[in-house]
Amino acid sequence: MSFYEEFEKIKAEPFTEIFSEVTPQDVEKVLMKGRISESDYLVLLSPAAEGFLEEMAQKAHQLTIKQFGKTMQLFLPLYLSDYCVNTCTYCSFSIDNVFPRKRLTMEEIEVEAKAIAEMGIEHIILLTGESRIHSSAEYLAESMSILKKYFSSVGIEVQPMDQAEYETLVQSGIDSLTVYQEVYNEAIYREIHTKGPKRDFRYRLDTPERGCRAGMRSVNIGALLGLDEWRKECFITGLHAEYLQKKYMETEIGVSFPRIRPNAGSFEPAFDVTDKNLVQAMLAMRIFLPRTGITISTRETEELRNQLIPLGVTKMSAASSTEVGGYTKPKETQSQFEISDERSVEEIRNLLRFKGYQPVMKDWQIL
Amino acid sequence: MNDQLHIGGKAFESRLFVGTGKFADHKQMKEAIEQSRSEVVTVALRRVDIRKPDEHILNDIPQDVTLMPNTSGARSAEEAIRIARLAKASGMGNWIKIEVISDQKYLLPDNEETTRATEVLAKEGFVVLPYMSPDLMAAKRMQEAGAAAIMPLGAPIGSNRGIRMKEMIQIMIDEMELPIIVDAGIGKPSEAAEAMEMGASAVLVNTAIATADNPVEMAKAFDLAVKAGRLAYLSGLGPTSMRANASSPLTGFLK
Ligand code: SF4
Repeated sequence: MSFYEEFEKIKAEPFTEIFSEVTPQDVEKVLMKGRISESDYLVLLSPAAEGFLEEMAQKAHQLTIKQFGKTMQLFLPLYLSDYCVNTCTYCSFSIDNVFPRKRLTMEEIEVEAKAIAEMGIEHIILLTGESRIHSSAEYLAESMSILKKYFSSVGIEVQPMDQAEYETLVQSGIDSLTVYQEVYNEAIYREIHTKGPKRDFRYRLDTPERGCRAGMRSVNIGALLGLDEWRKECFITGLHAEYLQKKYMETEIGVSFPRIRPNAGSFEPAFDVTDKNLVQAMLAMRIFLPRTGITISTRETEELRNQLIPLGVTKMSAASSTEVGGYTKPKETQSQFEISDERSVEEIRNLLRFKGYQPVMKDWQIL
Repeated sequence: MNDQLHIGGKAFESRLFVGTGKFADHKQMKEAIEQSRSEVVTVALRRVDIRKPDEHILNDIPQDVTLMPNTSGARSAEEAIRIARLAKASGMGNWIKIEVISDQKYLLPDNEETTRATEVLAKEGFVVLPYMSPDLMAAKRMQEAGAAAIMPLGAPIGSNRGIRMKEMIQIMIDEMELPIIVDAGIGKPSEAAEAMEMGASAVLVNTAIATADNPVEMAKAFDLAVKAGRLAYLSGLGPTSMRANASSPLTGFLK
């Protein structure tokens, strides 16, 4: 059994119609409930719920404060390699884009690690393009022998791996796994992933479960918003998160709402996802899953991120660079996508304090 | 009135323990702790930056309180044991609140793993206070394993739902020799008073103070409520018992 079986059951549902049938009265009813069901979650994602965003925000805010307090965890991505064997039409690292590729040596990793640690950051996520050769489990585990000295929590966002590989990584000290499905629509998935191992929809969909089974402390999922109708994508993401939370109770499940950003190709998102849509998605998720971590990256603008802080977000990246070696030698390599919020860690910390939130730099200890 | 709480060789006047998570900032946390008059403060080792001793949260915890580092984040006995040792090695003393939580949805403690960690750490000389799901037999095992007090949850952590586990906790209070400290779930001062009226030795409060609109005033309110509840208990409201207690025993003359 995996989430794929659940997914099979619902994927053909006429979501657009179901969403359009929701009435304001349905939304009101759901907002009065304590715990909400899957169909209630669907109601909160509907166009009818757009008239209740303030009520949803109040509820999401209260739930978040109760579960997480007035705190916000900060982290940074560390790009180790931009080699990739796939052709995702929306990403600059696609094998079709020709540019000089780079992978950090252990010495270079140490230099970048030092630079990040100096900003006061304790939690990082290692990122690479998808290449079993250039970002192998061995390479990542080796990098941990250096990174351990500088950070108290290290996650990965790399190509999907087998359970045994994840077990090796957990052994090395890596404690979180992020893998976005990109899009839960199989047809669109095949269209935009034209070549490479990433074409295997099922293998990717089962990845979070392999991570849970391997003992990752936290596993983060998400859909890249803009590839399909966002209401449906967010609904399935929520069901996926709930499924994982139920089945792997030891793992902390988190979700993210990445929106497509400008990149080296000229990919135009097929579906528009407005700020209002993003907010609705986030609020509905918080109300549906009160204990799930929600991450917001520097893909979003400064202004929007400021506003999103009290709406259910529990983790934020700050001062991110999305290029390999970007913390010590910026603008020398290709960035994965443009970032929108370029503020420093100190600026983000000050902003959080100003908003009445404690920036949490450290929330785990590699044992 | 001399009504001190004794745990791990120390005596305390206050029966309110406080937590340090969820505050908006350290300054507010510090003030709230001061106003709560608490003498035992729990802090998650995972939030303490042991590499940077100058910057961390410990600097904002009043010097005269007993630090009770907790193993929050641990999902097995082994992890809890490692965290406890790290806390001790980094100079945080030998008190440890064992928290082993292997369910990330409700954050309910794992009593079996907690007992295992208690046994190992008590042998190593720690003053061990296990956080647990209220269960008399499990509490007895923790006592045998060397626990210094037992910390049953009143309701799931952070839920502010009050003492939902009242019946179970009452049984533990009545039957256990060790101090029973109600931890988690207390959302209002009246609920802290209720726990004290029941005969609990102390309560631990975090969310209800940290997430109040005015945490500092709320800390004061909890201090007063705990005192009121304790006074009520000592004045003869209790001890209550699940068994029938004849007010004037008919067989009292026999002994
Ligand atoms: S999204 Fe990932 S797999 Fe696709 S091209 Fe970019 S780096 Fe490669």
